[in-house]
Amino acid sequence: MNDPSASTSAEADFGAVAVLPLGEMRVGQAGVIVEVTAQAPGGDQNLSAEELHQRLLEFGFVEGAHVAVLHEGAIRRDPIAVKLDDMRVGVRRRDARGVTVLLDKPRP
Amino acid sequence: MTARVALVGNPNSGKTALFNALTGSRQKVANYAGVTVERKEGTIVTPGGRTLAVLDLPGTYSLRARSPDEEVTRDAVLGRLAGEDSPDVLVCVADATNLRLVLRLILELKAVGRPMVLALNMYDIAQRQGLRIDVDGLAGELGCPIVTTVATRRRGIDELLSKVDELAARSRFAPAGGWTPPDAAQVRLAHREAQRLLKTYVKPPERPDTLTGRVDAVLLHPVLGLAILFALLFTMFQAVFTWAGPAQDLIEASFTALGELARAALPAGLFRSFLIDGAISGVGSVLVFLPQILVLFLFILLLEDFGYMARAAFLMDRIMGGAGLHGRAFIPLLSSFACAIPGIMSARVIDNKRDRLTTILVAPLMTCSARIPVYALIISAFIPERAVWGMFNLQGLVMFGLYAAGILSALAVSLVIRKVFWRGAVDPFLMELPAYKIPDPANVARNLLQRVMIFVTRAGRIIFPLMIAVWLLCTFPGPPPGAAGPAIDYSFAGMLGHALQPLLAPIGFNWQMTVALIPGFAAREVAVAALGTVYAVADPGADGATLASLLSRQWSFAAGLAFLAWYIFAPQCASTIAVVRRETNSWRWPIVMLAYMTALAYLAAFIVYQTAHALGG
Repeated sequence: MNDPSASTSAEADFGAVAVLPLGEMRVGQAGVIVEVTAQAPGGDQNLSAEELHQRLLEFGFVEGAHVAVLHEGAIRRDPIAVKLDDMRVGVRRRDARGVTVLLDKPRP
Repeated sequence: MTARVALVGNPNSGKTALFNALTGSRQKVANYAGVTVERKEGTIVTPGGRTLAVLDLPGTYSLRARSPDEEVTRDAVLGRLAGEDSPDVLVCVADATNLRLVLRLILELKAVGRPMVLALNMYDIAQRQGLRIDVDGLAGELGCPIVTTVATRRRGIDELLSKVDELAARSRFAPAGGWTPPDAAQVRLAHREAQRLLKTYVKPPERPDTLTGRVDAVLLHPVLGLAILFALLFTMFQAVFTWAGPAQDLIEASFTALGELARAALPAGLFRSFLIDGAISGVGSVLVFLPQILVLFLFILLLEDFGYMARAAFLMDRIMGGAGLHGRAFIPLLSSFACAIPGIMSARVIDNKRDRLTTILVAPLMTCSARIPVYALIISAFIPERAVWGMFNLQGLVMFGLYAAGILSALAVSLVIRKVFWRGAVDPFLMELPAYKIPDPANVARNLLQRVMIFVTRAGRIIFPLMIAVWLLCTFPGPPPGAAGPAIDYSFAGMLGHALQPLLAPIGFNWQMTVALIPGFAAREVAVAALGTVYAVADPGADGATLASLLSRQWSFAAGLAFLAWYIFAPQCASTIAVVRRETNSWRWPIVMLAYMTALAYLAAFIVYQTAHALGG
C-alpha cells in the first residue's frame, strides 16, 4: 500500500500543475481525470486488471470527469469518498490507483 | 391481450417504489444500492384495457453483468431467461437528479432494440433543486418517450401507463437489435455522449443538494462517523429491550389470562391440557417477542431508506477487510440481525464468488431475531435487572455482549476462511453513496407490517404444529398408575432427552434443555415454547410462576450461561440450511456450515459451563 502522504512534496515541486493517482489524493484535493489505465488490483488473482478498468469506467471514472476527495476512512485513510462529477462514490485507494488526476490549482 | 413490461435502472433510482406504485404490490423499497434481489412481478390493467405483466429487475449500471443479480437483469432484458421471451416494453427508471450513469445505460439498452420509455423519477426533488430538464428535446434525441414521475406520491403513473400502452401496441413491429458487451473504448464513447446530452438538455440545479454533503461531513468523519455508527447500533439494542417492554408485559398478561379463563371454563383432562399447555402457552411464548422484532426492523428499515446503509458499508470496509470481508458484506450481515435468510439472499450483491461464500457462511453467526426470545428468557431468568453506571441496564448490557460475541465470532471465522482456505485479496470496493432522503413513513409502515406478517405466519405455520408435536411427545405415553416422578419423565420426550443428555452433560445441559433443542431445529425461538411446554407439563403446580423464574430455580447459573453460549452459535435452523443449499447450489456448504457451527456451539458452551462451574456457579 502506498503512503498517500509521501507524494505531497513531489506535487508541491510542480507548483500549479500536478498529476497524481486518485488513490494517493488527500481530502480537499480536486482535479480532472486525465487517464484511466488498466492496473492490477494489489495482489489479486481473482480479478484481472482489465476487469477493474472496465468497472471504473462504468462508474464514471472517465477522462474529463471532475473528482474531489471528500472523506477518508479511519484506518490508513482508506477507503475514500469522492465527488465524481455530480455523484458520490466510495472507493478503495488501491482500486483507484489506475485513475490519474490533473490537480486543480490550489486556491490562494 | 397481455404485454410484458420490465423495469430497468440504476440502483437507488426508486425503481421498486415505482413498481409498487404501478402494481400496488407490497414489496421492499430501500435506499441501499442493490437491495432488489428477488424476481418481482405484478400485473396491472391499463386505461386502454391492456393487461401488463410488470417485472421489477435488479438495479444495474450496465448490462455487462458482474453479480448474479445483474445477470438476472441482463438475461431478462435480452430474453435469455429459460422459458421467457424478452419484454415487449422496457421502462427505464432514472433518478431525475442523477442522470449521468443512467444515460449511459439507456444508450446500451437502445442497442437491445425493444421499445422503451424513460421514467424520470423523483421529479419533485429535481424541481425543488431548480434542476431544469428539457424533456422534449431529450426525448427527441434519445428516440424514446419520457414521462416524469414521483413514485412515492403516485404522480405521473397514468401517463406512464398510457405511454407503455402505446408502445406495447406497436412492439411487434420493433426491429430486433443486437447487444454485445461494450469494451473500454465503447464505454468511454458512451460517457462522452452522455456528457453531451447532459450539457445540451439539462441545466444544473440552482439550489443543489447541500444537505447530503453537510450530513456526510459528520457521518463519514473517520472518528466521529465510526463513533456514531457504534452508538447507533448500541441504541438499537437498548431500544429493543426498553421500548418493547410494556407491550411484552401486556401480551404476556393476556395469554396468562386466556389460560386461566380456559382452566376455569373447561373440565380437567387431556383436552384442557392440550389447549392450555400446548396451544395457548405455545403461541403466547412466541408472540411475546413480536414487539422486540418490530423495534429492530423499524431501525433497519429507517436506516436503509435514509441512505445510511451505503455509508455504513463505507465506514466498515477497512474494518471488515481486516477480517477478509468485503464492505458490501455489511448489509447482508446487518440484515442477518433480523433473520439470516434475507441476509444470505442479499449476499447476491457481492460480485466475487469467494467473498460471497464467506459472507454466506458467517451470516448465521449474526444474532437473528429468532435468538432474541431465547436470550431474553435466559437473561431474565439469570441476570438481575439493575442499573450499571447509573444509565445502562445490566440485562441490556448482557444482550449487547451476546450480540458482540456473535459479531466477533463471525469476523474470526471469516478471517480463518480467508487466511487459511482462500488466500488472495478481495474484490474492489466501488459503491455509490446515494443522496440522503427522508424515509417515506407510508413505505416504512408498509414494510414493517410485511415483516410482522411474515413473523406471525411463520409462527403459525411452522411453530404452532411443532408446539403441538412437542406437547404430544411430552404427554404420551402417560405415566403408569401410581408413578412417583413427574409425568413427562415417562413420555417420548423424556426418553429422548434422557438418551441424548449424557452427550450434552459436559456442557451442563439437563434433559429438559436437551429436549428443547430438538424442536428448536425448525426455528430457534421454538426452544422457548418447548421449554415452556416441557416445564408446564412436568410441574403442574407451577401455574402462577412465569417460565423465567421457574428456570432460575431449576437450572444452575452455570447451565444458564452455557445455554446462552450455545445459542450464540446454535446451528439449529432448518430454513437457513435450506436457503444456503439454494444459494450455493450444493449440499456441501450447508453441511460445512452445520458442522462448524455445532462444533463452535459445543466448544463455547463447554468452556462457559466448566469455567462458571469451577467458579462456583
